[in-house]
Amino acid sequence: MAKKTAAIVGSGNIGTDLMFKIMRRSTNVEVKYMIGVDPASDGLARAARLGVTTSAEGVDWLLAQDELPDFVFECTSAKAHEANAPKYKAAGIHAIDLTPAAVGPYLAPVVNLNSLTDTMNVNMITCAGQATTPIVAAVSSVVPVEYAEIVASIASKSAGPGTRANVDEFTETTAKALEVVGGAKRGKAIIIINPVEPPMMMRNTIYCMIPAEAAVAGATQDAIRTAIDAAAESIRDYVPGYALRLEPQFDQARDDWGGFGRVGIWVQVAGAADYLPEYAGNLDIITAAATRTADLLSDKIDAARATAPANS
Amino acid sequence: MTAPMNTTFDIRITDTTLRDGSHAMSHQFTEEHVRSVVRALDDSRVEVIEVTHGDGLGGSSFNYGFSKTPELDLIKAAVDEAKAAKIAVLMLPGLGTIHDLNQAYDAGASVARIATHCTEADVSIQHFQHARKLGMETVGFLMLSHRVSPEELAVQARIMADAGCQCVYVVDSAGALILDDVSDRVSALVAELGDDAQVGFHGHQNMSFGVANSVFAVRAGAKQIDGTLMALGAGAGNSPTEVLAAAFDRLDIKTGVDIQGVMAAAEDVVKPFITRMPVMDRASIMQGYAGVYSSFLIHAERAADRYGVPAYRILEEIGKAGYVGGQEDMIVDVAVQLAAAR
Repeated sequence: MAKKTAAIVGSGNIGTDLMFKIMRRSTNVEVKYMIGVDPASDGLARAARLGVTTSAEGVDWLLAQDELPDFVFECTSAKAHEANAPKYKAAGIHAIDLTPAAVGPYLAPVVNLNSLTDTMNVNMITCAGQATTPIVAAVSSVVPVEYAEIVASIASKSAGPGTRANVDEFTETTAKALEVVGGAKRGKAIIIINPVEPPMMMRNTIYCMIPAEAAVAGATQDAIRTAIDAAAESIRDYVPGYALRLEPQFDQARDDWGGFGRVGIWVQVAGAADYLPEYAGNLDIITAAATRTADLLSDKIDAARATAPANS
Repeated sequence: MTAPMNTTFDIRITDTTLRDGSHAMSHQFTEEHVRSVVRALDDSRVEVIEVTHGDGLGGSSFNYGFSKTPELDLIKAAVDEAKAAKIAVLMLPGLGTIHDLNQAYDAGASVARIATHCTEADVSIQHFQHARKLGMETVGFLMLSHRVSPEELAVQARIMADAGCQCVYVVDSAGALILDDVSDRVSALVAELGDDAQVGFHGHQNMSFGVANSVFAVRAGAKQIDGTLMALGAGAGNSPTEVLAAAFDRLDIKTGVDIQGVMAAAEDVVKPFITRMPVMDRASIMQGYAGVYSSFLIHAERAADRYGVPAYRILEEIGKAGYVGGQEDMIVDVAVQLAAAR
């Protein structure tokens, strides 16, 4: 079956990394268009050299083309996506949103793709959301998680102007996704930007508040470990540099934790260095998740067409 | 525009016993602690009193320790108790949010102190703008100021001032700066900011220089100085407010603070409730020496107990790795690696 086509809207770091990711790693999708607003952008120049049709004239140019793409990846800003989303919808294009706009539902492909009924617009949360919600969901699949808290550390060089100007948006979106996607009753997210040289790799620490009995050795604790390992393994399928730095650390119940216990999970994300270097695992994990989402949605679309009655 | 300050005095002392001291108390302050400390400081004419979780608004967490009493309740109690003093709150962008700042403002806090790592000032722009829109006085904290040169620090101070910060602090979070290190940084900020914003200094005692560094800061042009009663604070503690007040008086630097009052506050109000006196011991000296964020201390001691490796070794490795304020989660990672290497 011919590959489905995609347009990348936004030619900055995320859009450019995503282009390489799709070209090198996607099974079902090819990049047909790259849309920016700055004709001098490095991303557009690279795309043009690789044979992608480029334009610096924005989304309206894209929507005026005879051949519309099957997918559009939004790599601009939350505000831009809010304006563009209705246009994509009207044109019947599937939107995969890498901004924090959250026009569509939060999506971590290994967790909730199959439970979404409407996938015309899906939101990729944040880099930390992609790195942590699957782990929280794994713990939630075994025991109730009263509270989940994550600390994401990223290299200063990998924190773009969008992240820096909207750091509240980042923590609030990620915290909400720990609840909606991760299944925690309450979520909290913290982001730290570290300038050390050489740059540190993206790190995520995930703490889940769990029942006291799950924090002591036994079958429940073993089931939590197994679920965490399985989640990490399925993420590694599309983010090879995703690794647990330590065995999950279980802390027994404490009074100041309301009588609950805790499991802590320490994750490192090394990027595939498709565009930015290896330390920028934060960039890598969200573009890899978006690519995987498009591949999975592509299968879903084909399956739906195959079962649809002819000529309907 | 610089901070509104009483011009009869040369400098203004901000007491942060109820914020930085929260670290040393493992965030177990009660409303009664807050009321008694605020009453004593206010009676001693300390103009600004900071009250927040040690890691700032929203700091109550697994990573930094949960607050025994919700910080908004503590802030409200402080506002209620203060007759003349302004109540300040700390926030670290990436941890606290504008939503938290709004709540603190609604509770009566009138000074917003916004802290970033010394190279990352641009993450605070939206928060300074918002605090000023609320009508709050603003202070900027450039944490772990020892990690960059005076010139680089001044560039970051300019970002804060342009965002609406009225006083940028050289914050010696690790107690790593020694005398001229402070003068050079304060001078660079004064030269850069001119009349656009004041300069402040926040010192720690890890290598015993808190008060001396504060004197050097004032001589270099700093107008706001932080202290805590009985040095209660992260690491080996902060520059003690009562020593600052006495030393500045001897140097004829006018603070407006009642020296007998703050000495009594330290001795009679704070000392009785301290569960762990600040001390320059092997681990806290290592923090100053290796340049490690002071609030890592108690977390490192806990990890030392749990994983059977010495706290000072954990802190030494943390220093080598270049971790910054807020990365308390890395302590367990380091402790486990050290334990495995044995």
